[in-house]
Amino acid sequence: MKFAILVSEGPYTHQATDTAFLFAQAVLAKGHEIFRVFFYHDGVYNATRLTTPPQDDRNIVKRWTELAKANNLDMVVCVAAAQRRGIVDDGEMQRNGKDATNLAEPFRISGLGQLIEAGIQADRLVVFGD
Amino acid sequence: MLHIINKSPYDRPALDSVLKTGTGAILLIEDGVYAVAKGGAAEPKVKAALGKFKIYALTPDIEARGIADRVTDGVIQVDYAGFVDLVAENKTNQSWL
Repeated sequence: MKFAILVSEGPYTHQATDTAFLFAQAVLAKGHEIFRVFFYHDGVYNATRLTTPPQDDRNIVKRWTELAKANNLDMVVCVAAAQRRGIVDDGEMQRNGKDATNLAEPFRISGLGQLIEAGIQADRLVVFGD
Repeated sequence: MLHIINKSPYDRPALDSVLKTGTGAILLIEDGVYAVAKGGAAEPKVKAALGKFKIYALTPDIEARGIADRVTDGVIQVDYAGFVDLVAENKTNQSWL
């Protein structure tokens, strides 16, 4: 079965991103497919590679990137939410005249249409937020 | 319909709202699992709802909150794999954020 996941809460605030990650892991462990993980609102903070949690704490961004790379997941960050919160890739840096980027690989910045498409293409869409 | 609730019944009215919808399955996760603690003010509500709803609660979140030894009878505990199964079994799901 095809799953899509929407994350609308930032890391290290409430439990939403932890639950979303553990759910995603379980989906894959069960042999299902993840069509896309979409990060919206404060969820875009899951995609900054500049995060530096204490060494004895979980690294939420790294955990997502490792899961995505190992399973070839499509990790999409909402462009409007990212612009408001300073999540920047090369394209956004040039377009908006910024002097740095911070988007972790393999996240990509795209539009809300990607969420709609995920809702249409996947058999199930599960929302994690606060 | 699978209703996913992640808020404590002592914090937000998500559980009350779901109970008013009538039927289906309820999965309590995160702080939502406080609803299934025996002796809590929400216990009678949960017990009454068991007639109409199947009520599930996420075991890791129950254990994290120290209420594993007093889960209301009739509530079904699931792990993350069970969470995935519930989503797959139910054609639709709604997270009550």
